[in-house]
Amino acid sequence: MIEVKSLTKNYGARRAVDSISFKAKNGEIVGFLGPNGAGKTTTMRILTGYLQPTDGEASVAGFDVVEDSLEVRRRVGYMPESVPLYDDMRVFDQLKFMADLHHLKNADERVMDALEMVGMQDRADGYIAKLSKGMRQRIGLAQALLHKPEVLILDEPTIGLDPAQVVEVRNLVQEIGKERTVLLSTHVLSEAQQLCDRVLIINKGKIIAEDSPSALGSRLAGAERVEVSVRGDANLLAEKIAEIDGAQDINVHNGGKLEFAFVAENDIRPQVARAIVESDFELLEMKSLGMSLEDVFLQLTREEKSDA
Amino acid sequence: MRNIWTLAKKEYKNYFNSPIAYIVAFVILLVLGIFFALNITYLTLNSFQAYGSSPDAGVVTGPFAFMLVLSLPALTMGLLADEKRMGTMELLMTAPLRDAELVIGKWLGAFLFILTVIAITLIFPLIMHFLVYPGIDGGQLFSAYLGIILVSASFLSIGVGISALFSNQIAAFFATLVSFIILWWLIGFPAQIMPSGVDVFRYLDMQAHFYNSLNVGVIKLSDIIYFLSLIALGLFIGTSAVETRRLQS
Repeated sequence: MIEVKSLTKNYGARRAVDSISFKAKNGEIVGFLGPNGAGKTTTMRILTGYLQPTDGEASVAGFDVVEDSLEVRRRVGYMPESVPLYDDMRVFDQLKFMADLHHLKNADERVMDALEMVGMQDRADGYIAKLSKGMRQRIGLAQALLHKPEVLILDEPTIGLDPAQVVEVRNLVQEIGKERTVLLSTHVLSEAQQLCDRVLIINKGKIIAEDSPSALGSRLAGAERVEVSVRGDANLLAEKIAEIDGAQDINVHNGGKLEFAFVAENDIRPQVARAIVESDFELLEMKSLGMSLEDVFLQLTREEKSDA
Repeated sequence: MRNIWTLAKKEYKNYFNSPIAYIVAFVILLVLGIFFALNITYLTLNSFQAYGSSPDAGVVTGPFAFMLVLSLPALTMGLLADEKRMGTMELLMTAPLRDAELVIGKWLGAFLFILTVIAITLIFPLIMHFLVYPGIDGGQLFSAYLGIILVSASFLSIGVGISALFSNQIAAFFATLVSFIILWWLIGFPAQIMPSGVDVFRYLDMQAHFYNSLNVGVIKLSDIIYFLSLIALGLFIGTSAVETRRLQS
């Protein structure tokens, strides 16, 4: 359980986190989505007790992050963004050290269990300096899981991993997310879409949108995007489509493809089909693209900019 | 307590992976060895002269204290500065341990390492014990080594405190060295050139607390309190620095 109420953090004159509020329940995977410097890491650092907030309240697993910092830290598994580890230590020793700080019983077994969970048990005796970026990431995850925390906070858990590893980490997070609260940050939108039950889009320290990934996608003024493939010069066709009332945001791609958007209430697909036939283009394909989270994200952050 | 021990153990082991720690230990033992050999040779050559007193462990602990001033900054410079540079400070500060435990654990690790080096140097007075008749003064040996241990503990504590203020080891090294030089040599200066009215500097002079009493076999409560205060001060500086870090980044 994570509860955040009008949390604010200033770095000098700069406001990194600006009065944000949200909740995350048990069994929920919540994604923090936002551009660099949006305040994702700062928020996570406050929730893990690393930083103190300037204002506002936050509680994790029922404990206040300022008043009961130690209790919070006992219940949180945290993987910082750059996955800091002791390069001159062996993998096992690093995890054993952290296990000891958590006062775990059977620390040796717990370490091996955590390593097994991330598929790194054969590297227990290797030095951390020798690990690849992806392996470090997995050690970081094993470290966060060591003490079976109620709440897992992962800052960019899949950054720098190869596609196969990304899938592994995602499966792992999904598995964990069934019983615990997971808060993860990412700037990979597809990841948020696949993994998270709820997405918080954060920009300039403020939460600008909060919903399920699919709801966010369909939310934007009900806009729909359609891609059309024709044989012939798509530029000529673009001119024709531009004449149709309601066609927006027309982009021409190579190979006779173009994309356009329209508002759902005013479906212009029949008019477009007619225009194609009347102009002697051969229609090869017309498909709906939907609205990706990426579009939502860009649009929302752009709106913020124009507001400012 | 458990966390302090966990950290101290890790730090102690870490020194045995670190070239700097080996260099520090090597230089201390080498220089002390040379001093010892020269002293023994000198004493042997002059043995026919009637000496008022027999040689004691001061032959070893005198130069040892001096070596501590120059070498201990290298042991403490990385203790917290390096954690910050590597980013592992974030792991420690989000682990369930108090800021004071973190700083004390680091200090204890360094202290245990230097205790190991100190234990090795006991070989010099031991050799001397068999060379002179009727053996060296055990009480003075105890007092002088207690002095060395207290001086080390104080320096290490100041060093940990300063290391917490930096994220660059080299900067931490020089800041620590300068503060040691001030404490050991400079702070007593006003008391030496002025006849009176500057007693506070006389009390702050670290050298005097060692050479004038502990090293010659006099154990005084005021000296012990002086060193314990220094230890507390260093650990307090370190803890405050870590706490301040939480308020801003």
